[in-house]
Amino acid sequence: MTHAHDHHHHDHDHSELSETQLRVRALETVLTEKGYVDPAALDLLVETYEKKVGPRNGARVVAKAWADPAYRARLFKDATPAIAELGYAGRQGEHIVALENTPKRHNMVVCTLCSCYPWPVLGLPPVWYKSAPYRSRAVSDPRGVLKDFGVTLPKDSEIRVWDSTSEIRYLVVPMRPEGTEGWSEEQLAELITRDSMIGTGLPKSPKDVAR
Amino acid sequence: MNGAQDLGGMHGFGPVEPEPNEPVFHAEWEKRAFALTLAMAMPADWNIDMSRFARENRDPAEYLSMSYYQIWFAALESMLKERALVADDEIEAGHALHERKPVPRVLSSDDVLNVLHRGGPTERDTNTKASFKPGDKVRAKNINPLTHTRLPRYVRGHVGTVERVVGCHVFPDSNATGAGENPQWLYTVRFDGAELWGVDGDPTTQVSVDAWEPYLEPA
Repeated sequence: MTHAHDHHHHDHDHSELSETQLRVRALETVLTEKGYVDPAALDLLVETYEKKVGPRNGARVVAKAWADPAYRARLFKDATPAIAELGYAGRQGEHIVALENTPKRHNMVVCTLCSCYPWPVLGLPPVWYKSAPYRSRAVSDPRGVLKDFGVTLPKDSEIRVWDSTSEIRYLVVPMRPEGTEGWSEEQLAELITRDSMIGTGLPKSPKDVAR
Repeated sequence: MNGAQDLGGMHGFGPVEPEPNEPVFHAEWEKRAFALTLAMAMPADWNIDMSRFARENRDPAEYLSMSYYQIWFAALESMLKERALVADDEIEAGHALHERKPVPRVLSSDDVLNVLHRGGPTERDTNTKASFKPGDKVRAKNINPLTHTRLPRYVRGHVGTVERVVGCHVFPDSNATGAGENPQWLYTVRFDGAELWGVDGDPTTQVSVDAWEPYLEPA
């Protein structure tokens, strides 16, 4: 994809506007002049997904599920209200299902048709999640995809891939690492990466974070 | 439609390349294209299935050569033009040139957080009974509509097992064309890797899709 190039280009040469940049700016001006959009609403939409909603939300959910058995039971029974208990709800997370990783089963989430992703708990998806390499291979060669992420699972571990073809959104609950007995939810949350909640990664090892 | 968006099982795209410390947006225009798309759904009154179709309904070569937000922006332009809310000459000029068309509502900054928090739930009440139950064997129908569908090609014709009856949900195939929500029973259907990919499949892999009842037949 062209993203890496765009990124470099835009970061280092702000004076030269690409055709797309100019067109987006032109359209925003037209829509604002016509009174169809409120520029302050646009700013708030950007700020919300750039600064407020992101994978730390999901990490809080998973940490609570690791630390609190009653919460864990509620989360696997009906994730949407359980996640709403922590204040996370709404757009692209109207119907959430939590998926339990076990020693025998690893879950991995994809949207082969577009980019469906549980926004309230993970924020907006990274470029790789929306890219052709991931969307094409996650369903046919999940072990190969995991290798791209440096993850190797035991051979007898079953891989279950969830293609998000409806408005149901999936959140992977990875296994709690050993050696974290007695950790607080805040400490546990530090171990939980975005990719471990998509299923393309594993939580950090307790050794990797300073307690 | 059998477009380039339906990527499951294709070969040749190379490895997945995660970007370390990736920013949420990679350029200012991506932020604006994202926000404009969300904000315009209210005055323009389109639904998520219409916007998905607007994104996938393009030359496959073009789809695959565009970045994600380029596709979003192209779809935004085409949906606005279809509804005569914006014309090409206005985008060229960078100013409004034609009379404003009345719209039902505009998203104000005061509404943003409430609208996001409310979202757009798709579950609907129904008097109908679900035809399938967990454990039932079902075949994904061989359908090839020119319009929007959420049944990926790689499962069509294959037999899977109903894992869960999700509920009755808005049917994208109808919703995308403006034919109404036409809610249908939705199921999580699980397929074995070997059923989908034959001898080239990984026997330790299972893949599920969420499939509406019109996509399925008993097997």
